[in-house]
Amino acid sequence: MNLIWLIPCLPLFGFLVLLVAGRKLGDPGAGWWGTGVVAASFLVVVKVFFDLLALPEEERSLTQTLFTWIPSGSFKVSIGFLADPLSILMCLFITGIGALIHLYSIGYMKGDEKFSKFFLYLNLFLASMLLLVLGDNLLLTFLGWEGVGTCSYLLISFWHTDPANASAGKKAFVTNRIGDFGFMLGTFLVWVTVGSINYADIGPAAPMIAAGTATAIGLLFFLGAVGKSAQLPLSVWLPDAMAGPTPVSALIHAATMVTAGVYLITRLNPIMAQAGWANDVIAWTGAITALVAASIAIAQTDIKKVLAYSTVSQLGYMFLAVGTQNYVAGIFHMVTHAFFKALLFLGAGSVIMAMSHEQDMRKFGNLRKYLPVTFATFMIGWLAISGIPPLAGFWSKDEVLAGAFNAGPAGPVLWFIGLLVALMTAFYMTRVVIMTFFGSEKWRLTDTPHEVVESEDLESSDLVTASVAAAAHGDGHDDHHGLSPDHTPQESHWTMTAPLVILAGLSILGGAINLPFGSDFKHLEHWLAPTLAYEHELPPVPVLVLLAFAAIAVASLGIFLAYLVYSKQKIAAEKIERPVLAHAWYIDETYAKVAGGPGEAGFQGLADFDGTVVDGAVNGVGAGVLGIGNRLRPIQSGLVRSYALGISIGGALLLAFIVTRMNL
Amino acid sequence: MLALNETWYLVLAAMIFTIGSVGLLTRKNPLVMFMCVELMLNAVNLTFVTFSKALDDIAGQAIVFFVMVVAAAEVVVGLGIIVAIMRRRQGADADDISLMRG
Amino acid sequence: MKVEMFTFLLTAAICLAGSAGVVLLRNPVHNALSLVATLFGVAVLFIQQGAYFLAAIQVIVYAGAIVILFLFVIMLLGVDKAEGLHSEPILGQRPAAIAAAVAILGLSLTALLSVGSRVTGQASTLAAIDGSEPNVNALAKVLFTDYVFAFEITSVLLTVAVVGAVVLSRKAGLAIDVDEFPEGTSSDLLQAKRDAAAEELEVAEEVATDDETPEGEAETTEEALR
Repeated sequence: MNLIWLIPCLPLFGFLVLLVAGRKLGDPGAGWWGTGVVAASFLVVVKVFFDLLALPEEERSLTQTLFTWIPSGSFKVSIGFLADPLSILMCLFITGIGALIHLYSIGYMKGDEKFSKFFLYLNLFLASMLLLVLGDNLLLTFLGWEGVGTCSYLLISFWHTDPANASAGKKAFVTNRIGDFGFMLGTFLVWVTVGSINYADIGPAAPMIAAGTATAIGLLFFLGAVGKSAQLPLSVWLPDAMAGPTPVSALIHAATMVTAGVYLITRLNPIMAQAGWANDVIAWTGAITALVAASIAIAQTDIKKVLAYSTVSQLGYMFLAVGTQNYVAGIFHMVTHAFFKALLFLGAGSVIMAMSHEQDMRKFGNLRKYLPVTFATFMIGWLAISGIPPLAGFWSKDEVLAGAFNAGPAGPVLWFIGLLVALMTAFYMTRVVIMTFFGSEKWRLTDTPHEVVESEDLESSDLVTASVAAAAHGDGHDDHHGLSPDHTPQESHWTMTAPLVILAGLSILGGAINLPFGSDFKHLEHWLAPTLAYEHELPPVPVLVLLAFAAIAVASLGIFLAYLVYSKQKIAAEKIERPVLAHAWYIDETYAKVAGGPGEAGFQGLADFDGTVVDGAVNGVGAGVLGIGNRLRPIQSGLVRSYALGISIGGALLLAFIVTRMNL
Repeated sequence: MLALNETWYLVLAAMIFTIGSVGLLTRKNPLVMFMCVELMLNAVNLTFVTFSKALDDIAGQAIVFFVMVVAAAEVVVGLGIIVAIMRRRQGADADDISLMRG
Repeated sequence: MKVEMFTFLLTAAICLAGSAGVVLLRNPVHNALSLVATLFGVAVLFIQQGAYFLAAIQVIVYAGAIVILFLFVIMLLGVDKAEGLHSEPILGQRPAAIAAAVAILGLSLTALLSVGSRVTGQASTLAAIDGSEPNVNALAKVLFTDYVFAFEITSVLLTVAVVGAVVLSRKAGLAIDVDEFPEGTSSDLLQAKRDAAAEELEVAEEVATDDETPEGEAETTEEALR
């Protein structure tokens, strides 16, 4: 029996039930229901996974077509699901982490007045995400792509009574539209070139596509991926997306949705193999994004902002891997990143909960005393993301870097950029850990520098859009100003700590799925092999070992530097936390100035063009029809005999036609 | 002398039809116009019967039967309308009634 | 053959003369009578071609019922006045009509005569006219088998036509009089009718004494008609 259809339909069913009876289920019933359907979906995925595993390697691709969605001549789109190693791997961690985060949310959202609505959106999100991953054609993937975008918008502006949150949602929505247009154009081009948008047809047809066309397709889909996965220059929405509740940041804006771009490029790897320099564009965009985002993360004071920029930076790693056609490493890093970044976000959420929704790290300190479980699990996440062996992050990051090193003449440069990013990553994560869990309990000091900086920020950003103000504002949760000097943080409920512990375990062991010690240990590579058209060559073993040691050394250096700066205070923090970094290289401000100045003028011109030329044409057609109608009106005389004459003449003409067609 | 065949009937029918159509187009009295319509219907009926004989098919006659029924119904309703109009406007002809003018 | 030809030519002449009369004569009564001549002629042509049932229907329904209905309406409305044939209010209607008619006639004659004496098309195999079977039987057979659905529909059509004619020829603005159907037992109704009759007698006497009332009534009915 084929159960694939159940995977996206279970969360969809959960969504529908919550839609109808969400308020009745209430708090926490709606949460348990939402968690239950996702867990059930996870079980189905596991079942399908073992079904696939039982098949011989070449046949590991199950399709299930439910019905024809759009029958239109030779263009036919079905609602069909494709379960192959790639999509099932995605489903495993989407539903697995999704279920954990649902469980976590029961505790996190406790007492919120829109409790059931939160789970309604989360279930819809998972249904869309699974549709995105499982769809057997580009249009179905696009449907899921738009679905997750919508849910992301709804969840970012979940507490929409604060205008800053609402505009952060709008910003994400608008930025994603730019990428979606690339996705759509890419789909059209694939349809024109291949004559089908089914993945099953694209794969065999890809080697026949001309290099130029393949490059164009690759670039268009990469534009879509840039929007969804927050790469430069469309990265601006993801940091603002932290306005949403923290579980949303963990699930959507770290673990699953933002990796959809990487999935898309990997799914289209047969085309990318022909795409030539489009791959270089992807690799360089990824590397530069990783570098810029990591540098920004160093100077952020909002704990979620640091993690957000860190996510952008890690996504850059994945695109670096995908761009160097090292898909296995990209997917590997996607999975491990999903583990440890979800862990870090949920840990941060636990901290934020304990600190009455305060997110400024300068008010934290010494929290290891109050939040032992959160502290322990956060430590694991920190070591994993910093790249300390034998945790998951080290193995995947090392594979990305090794792959980049071997990628053509520019490879070593890419590798060096990656190494620099690894240094910064270790640095800023250590900074977060020290500021949050060590040192003095700074919220007990009445006079914190926080207020001063915030007002400065607001002054300097007069020109900037409200969303930037939201960035300075942080979470914006209505009741987050309850942090008093005599506050005592408390460890969270078990529904929140249990996911932390599970994710910590996964962050430790996640690397085991693809260890570099020889072919027998590379389970992931073997698993994904049927879906990949391209075999990536890693450098020879001695070089590999050298590179690994370099990565470890750099990670340790980053941690040591941060220790010197923030714990021993041997170096002044101000020297590193430059204003340009705190303001995210002024990217937002530049966009605001360009869009508000010449951009607005240009659009005004377009609006005028629309008002005069386009509207003029439309109105002209209307006026013309009206004029012709007025001229023709006398024909409708109301005189029966005139009408009869018309019929007679028509009859005579018909007769004439018949006579001319006769064989006389 | 020429032999009597279907063409004679058909030519006669065409003539009656044409005369009827001329009457319909030129006469102004609605009653007379109706009579002209009857003429045209009869011409068509004649062709149907002629073809029925020529092609040895009784269906042509069945159609004439239906045409007659429809003609009868049409005359009944049409005359009803004329009566109703004439009650309102004594001595009206077809050109006086042009309320549907555009 | 000669008799057949003679009959045809004579009936054809009557038909053409009759139809010309319908178009050309000025008095509607004369038009109707000319129409009868044509219809009779067509009936004869039906007989000549073996359509006996239709010929009978032609005489009974067309000449008998329809033309009588025409005459009845002419008399009822008093429109048996001559119509001026020389005025033509619509510009260009008459020449255009003649042109269209000439075109129709010319083209159909071209079509008919160019083919010669043969009728194109396949001879019937399904509903062939069997010489042994009487015409009425043959027509009845197809009407109640192949065309039974159409036949039933025509009965509905006729009913609708009758209802429509009744509604159309009612006096305008006159709703169904509810007093015609009062409530109560039959003996009550009988009593009420007697009372009404007695009242009417009284009213009639009053009317007889008053001279001006009928004129006033006539005026109001005329107004109502407008």
